[in-house]
Amino acid sequence: MADLILEVNDVVKVYGDYTALNKVNISIPKGSIYGLLGPNGAGKTTLMRIINQITAPDSGSVIFNGEKLQGKHISMIGYLPEERGLYKKMKVGEQALYLAQLKGMTYSEALSKLRYWFKRFKIIEWWPKKVEELSKGMAQKIQFIVTILHEPKLLIFDEPFSGFDPINASIIRDEIVNLRDKGTTIIFSTHRMESVEEICDHIALINNAETILEGSIENIKNKFDNKQFEVTINEDNLLESQEYTIVNQVHNVFNLTINDNFTQKDVIKSINEKHEIILLKKHTPSIEEIFIKAIGNE
Amino acid sequence: MNKIWLIISREYLVRVKKKSFIVMTILGPILMAALLVTPTILSMQDQQNRLVALSEKNIEFLEPLNKIENTKFTIITDEELELLKKDFSQTEYYAVLDKDKDQFYLLSDQQISLSVKRSIADKIEKIIERNKLKLAGIDLKVLESSVTEINIQTKIITLDGENINSSTEGSMGIGFITGILIYMFIFMYGTMVMRGVIEEKTNRIVEVIISSVKPFQLMMGKIIGVALVGLTQFILWIVLTMALAALAELLLFNPNELISQANSAENTEIMSKITNLIGGINFMQIILCFIFYFISGYLLYSSLFAAVGSAVDAEADTQQFVVPITVPLLLAIMLIQPVMDNPDGTLAFWMSMIPFTSPVIMMVRLPFGVENWELFISMLSIITGFVATTFLAAKIYRTGILMYGKKISYKELWKWLSYKG
Repeated sequence: MADLILEVNDVVKVYGDYTALNKVNISIPKGSIYGLLGPNGAGKTTLMRIINQITAPDSGSVIFNGEKLQGKHISMIGYLPEERGLYKKMKVGEQALYLAQLKGMTYSEALSKLRYWFKRFKIIEWWPKKVEELSKGMAQKIQFIVTILHEPKLLIFDEPFSGFDPINASIIRDEIVNLRDKGTTIIFSTHRMESVEEICDHIALINNAETILEGSIENIKNKFDNKQFEVTINEDNLLESQEYTIVNQVHNVFNLTINDNFTQKDVIKSINEKHEIILLKKHTPSIEEIFIKAIGNE
Repeated sequence: MNKIWLIISREYLVRVKKKSFIVMTILGPILMAALLVTPTILSMQDQQNRLVALSEKNIEFLEPLNKIENTKFTIITDEELELLKKDFSQTEYYAVLDKDKDQFYLLSDQQISLSVKRSIADKIEKIIERNKLKLAGIDLKVLESSVTEINIQTKIITLDGENINSSTEGSMGIGFITGILIYMFIFMYGTMVMRGVIEEKTNRIVEVIISSVKPFQLMMGKIIGVALVGLTQFILWIVLTMALAALAELLLFNPNELISQANSAENTEIMSKITNLIGGINFMQIILCFIFYFISGYLLYSSLFAAVGSAVDAEADTQQFVVPITVPLLLAIMLIQPVMDNPDGTLAFWMSMIPFTSPVIMMVRLPFGVENWELFISMLSIITGFVATTFLAAKIYRTGILMYGKKISYKELWKWLSYKG
């Protein structure tokens, strides 16, 4: 098994008579971008709060980098919560320095790194402004910088793209990929499935306080392989055969399902014997389809 | 520990740098100094010399009336009086004193000051009284020697048999002022803590911060930071008020006059009166206890205010939770009078033991003298009290700050107390 940065084992969290997490298990490989998916109220935020030690699990364990999760790990984790904001009356630079020092950085270290990131994002002129003078997107950039500034081993982003226009969203996405390439592990929670497909290596799907799906994107897609093909042939009529079933037809384009006990090879061979194949495409389910299907099965 | 210092210093500096803090700090002492100086200025202005005309038939009153300070009486003829009654505007007189049968009249073109009217009436009363006594055959010398003034001096006998002058009036004054000050401090800065918590919650910054520090550290950092703001403001007020009062005295009074006043017998008498008023009071004890109850009372209430702030989404929703917190404080204020009437009674005793009322009530009782064991238990009880409220408040706080858009009831708060970290 790959080297894990974080292991969540049988974690349970109950609020009064409401169960937020019920024996949740996830394993996050080092250096991956890990998508944490699930409908609203599934328990994602509670799980992220447990990893950040904002709240403690009722039972179960969390292992960070081979050790039981504890106070000293706080400075190795960066968290951008969904409900995020800044002190409106405080100046941008002053506030960024304060938040960085709360993460355990020294003043001079925080100052030089903040300068670097403010220049990189071309926002150094915001330094003496008050936060209330900034737009929402501008404030989000500052929050992003403050989250990653102390170079944590694990970064947790809850809806990191909300509030950004497409240009800035792509800047942030590039930075996230960049951080992964430098060895940071990223947990990433979002409702935007296309961004999951774009950048995540692994995903976990949580529904009703339970993990219902976990693994690498590849494995999950294989698991949800619906054995469908799209084939285009040189005529409008495809002969029936025992290897496949025709699902639908548009002109000379057919959607097929491979029948049980047959393989992809058998299907291609069978069609090839009787027709001339112009185009053959395997249909892979999108994460969105998997998401809807998996939750529908529950 | 380092992190809590960061929080304390941010909470402190943000508030101290605020314009409203600076304005209040400067304005406060000016208002206080105005309160202290205005009566002096007013009484000085009243010392202008007035000229009052007296009709011929009242000549018997001329001599005694002229003993009234800042007022000079002169006799005018009946013709002049008639003229004045018709037109008063062209004269130098402040008023005219006339008598018709047994009724005296003060005629003027303006409203006669109350003090002038009273002092004239007093003098005339005395003269008529004496005339009547004389007519009845009473010797004035006997009468004068019979006037006595009784002043009871209260003394407290301490354990080592020493007699100390005591004064009920002085004790009441000091007890009342310190009690009210503690109430003001708790209320002003308690609500400041509450507003700070609500601000962090509505700004949505709180979750960012508690991913770096424990909610308890954030809450305590805020409470301590605000306490330091309060102490700074009070110290600045005291220093600035004293400076302003000293300045005002220098500007308003002639220094030579001051020295001669200081030497006068009248002044020594005032000084000895003051010493009598406050002589029996243990000031060191009062100051130390004031600081103690100031801080512990604030800690007790401000953690509750922080819990309220964490449970709501906006300041408008705080009312239902703030009322129960303020009731014991208001009760303490209302009980000041009955406690003063009987500072060693059962009511006073219990109210100075219960941590929610003890900061105010104990300060009221202290100048009258409180047994050491009572003080000790009261202090122990308020320390237990604020440890307990801080513990409970922290539990509500750490759940409340992450709750949005939910109308919170007391039942809900009760449930939060049982949630595990």
